Amino acid sequence: MRREVRLSGFGGQGIILSAVILGRAAALYDDKYAVQTQVYGPEARGGASMGQVIIDDQPILYPEVTDPDIYVIMSQQGFEKYGVRAREDAIMLIDSGLVHSRPRCRYCDIPATEEAKSVLGREIVANIVMIGALVATTGVVSRTAIEKAVLDSVPKGTEELNAKALQRGFDLGKRACNL
Amino acid sequence: MTAEEWYRADRLPHIYCAGCGNGTVINCTLAAVEELGWRREETVFISGIGCSSRAPGYILTDSLHTTHGRALAFATGVKLANPGLNVVVFTGDGDLAAIGGNHFIHACRRNVDMTVVCMNNMIYGMTGGQGSPTTPPGAFSTTTPYGSGEPAFDLAELAIAAGANYVARWTSYHVKELVKAIAAGMRTPGLSFVEVMTQCPTNYGRHNRLRRVSDMIEYLRTHALLVQKKERLVQEGKTVPDEMFTVGELVRRNRPAMGVRR
Amino acid sequence: MSRVEFMQGNTACAEGALAAGCRFFGGYPITPSTEIAEHMARALPKRGGVFISMEDELGSIAAVIGAAWTGVRAMTATSGPGFSLMMENIGFAVMTETPCVIVNIQRGGPSTGQPTRAAQGDMLQCRFGSHGDYSTIALSPASVQEMFDLTVKAFNLADRYRVPAFVMADEIVGHMRERVTIPDAVEIVPRRKLEPGQLPFDGGEDGIPGFAQFGSGYAVHVTGLTHDERGYPDTMDAEAHDRLVRRLIGKIESARFDIADYEVENPDAETVFVTYGPPSRTVLQLLHDMPDEGIGHLRLRVVWPFPEFALSVFANAKVFLMPELNMGQMAREVQRHVDQPVIPIPKLGGDLHTPAELKQALEAYR
Repeated sequence: MRREVRLSGFGGQGIILSAVILGRAAALYDDKYAVQTQVYGPEARGGASMGQVIIDDQPILYPEVTDPDIYVIMSQQGFEKYGVRAREDAIMLIDSGLVHSRPRCRYCDIPATEEAKSVLGREIVANIVMIGALVATTGVVSRTAIEKAVLDSVPKGTEELNAKALQRGFDLGKRACNL
Repeated sequence: MTAEEWYRADRLPHIYCAGCGNGTVINCTLAAVEELGWRREETVFISGIGCSSRAPGYILTDSLHTTHGRALAFATGVKLANPGLNVVVFTGDGDLAAIGGNHFIHACRRNVDMTVVCMNNMIYGMTGGQGSPTTPPGAFSTTTPYGSGEPAFDLAELAIAAGANYVARWTSYHVKELVKAIAAGMRTPGLSFVEVMTQCPTNYGRHNRLRRVSDMIEYLRTHALLVQKKERLVQEGKTVPDEMFTVGELVRRNRPAMGVRR
Repeated sequence: MSRVEFMQGNTACAEGALAAGCRFFGGYPITPSTEIAEHMARALPKRGGVFISMEDELGSIAAVIGAAWTGVRAMTATSGPGFSLMMENIGFAVMTETPCVIVNIQRGGPSTGQPTRAAQGDMLQCRFGSHGDYSTIALSPASVQEMFDLTVKAFNLADRYRVPAFVMADEIVGHMRERVTIPDAVEIVPRRKLEPGQLPFDGGEDGIPGFAQFGSGYAVHVTGLTHDERGYPDTMDAEAHDRLVRRLIGKIESARFDIADYEVENPDAETVFVTYGPPSRTVLQLLHDMPDEGIGHLRLRVVWPFPEFALSVFANAKVFLMPELNMGQMAREVQRHVDQPVIPIPKLGGDLHTPAELKQALEAYR
């Protein structure tokens, strides 16, 4: 089945990296197909950044995202620009500390940045917490695949921190989302 | 001089006008090549467009006659891809200073190991005598019918400012000095720039009351000011006439260079 | 052991060049092609190659041509504005029969246009953009894997036919990431060497002269002027110019059956899509979604020389539909070869035609 995932936040949160990690997990470790794209506008510098991933069991022919069924939103501006028009049966994971709006579609609040700061001690891994929650909630890729993809994408020396962040995301996703 | 064996005999006669200074410059360059003992199969002559740029076509080595202004960029590719080759670029004032000005300053900045010989005849010769960036103020040409209203570029000073390791200027009158300068440039790692003020009686001379070859050479001789003499004049607080240009070795240094044979 | 990676198209293009043995890259940063230069800047020094950031695109292609004459495989990568600047020296490469690869990650034009959005607006420029008559080879990748494969192929075609070869990609395939398989080794077609006694610009039977790289002792003279078989300028002889230009075109056009690379679906179809690059994927999606409609599809991987014989595969065709990310550039070429109507389906702005849009076009014109 074709799944379309859209991630948005502000520049510096690692939104694009998250999209790449998700694509890697599907294409390299889950034996699925993935196409990852992103917005390359000047607005990506500081403004709302956006990355997308299509994941499918079949080869992906049409490579553009038309109507995502999964959203990861990590900033208010990102919500307004890329999340507000989500279709009603979509699922949206929201960094609840950073986004005050809520969509019409199903959503769950993940306090990823807060968790990253207070529990993990590094705000920078909030995106990995979100990916963990995303995988726990939607099963768009397997946990093993995402673990491998996170570990081979993050800077050397930060593997343990990121593995912890991912695990934290799994837990938060399971707890926060009763979808 | 035994430079004869370096000529493509089957390409002669050349296209240069009677009295042109380019032949002298080519001869002097080949004399320097011989002095260095370069091998023909390890030497490449490269040029752009213009009278000067026809020179490589008469020389029996690999030669690359390229597009207007771009010779130094082509030469950069040749030299960096194979530093074992000796690279000499023939160019002119229009080719180097006008359309190719940006490549000129960047080749000097990179200090790519090559020798650039510029035949500066102060005119676009091949297209029939239009004003160039080195046409002296007041000089006549087909496009400066009332006398050039622009200041002229000092190419040697430009090369020095941009970073070339060796810079000299002579004229087609100073053949012995020219051979020595080109040879010294070839010995210096990095970019060597040798500017040769040369006569174009056909297209410069005839618009500027220098129609006879001897008049043009006399003009070059009398307007050349040895750099040491200029410095002395400056030290003594005397004025250096505007229409004079310095000749001599203007810079020899050892900035880091690219494409030097290992 | 080949390796499998999840990679961006521009990176795959650079990896293809490296696999093909490219050892010289001259370029100038320009969106959306820059990742190719960045990858080559990291990779080439480790392989004994040369990366140089030139002062502009005129210098980039000049340096590439100069390097190619020393015998190395050389390339540059750019986008619209830089491509325009390269035009004069591309003609020089054609005239001097210099093998080199030029990658154009096309973006929206004219002028500075849309630096970060895709287009296919330079398809005629890569064929006709430099002055005078000539032929070149152009390939059009539709996936990240093809960014790798077709870059390798471009080097082989450039060397085989002594011509600049273009990888006419775009921002979509340049920037997307997909799985790509990188083999340990790729097929390398070498330049034919100049044999002793042969003239350096004598095309022989197939119109392709042997190559005498600088430093090999042939004292070859390379000029953009009209030249004879020795390489010597011969600019006033009408017959010499006619002979040279006809050979430069003939060596490519007569080989178009060998150079051609395309896919055919449903050759009995009455309605046929003709595509190249990313719009191919929308058509493939349509075919997948409507398997019983009998829609024909000709997907070109080699766009120039144009394989007109591939059109005649569709013997029942009543109409050809051409979704392109331009106002109908290749549709002109297709119309030249067929009697049936050729309908351009232009899409401008940077997005790909959606399957819905093509379905609509299908219903309107079938």
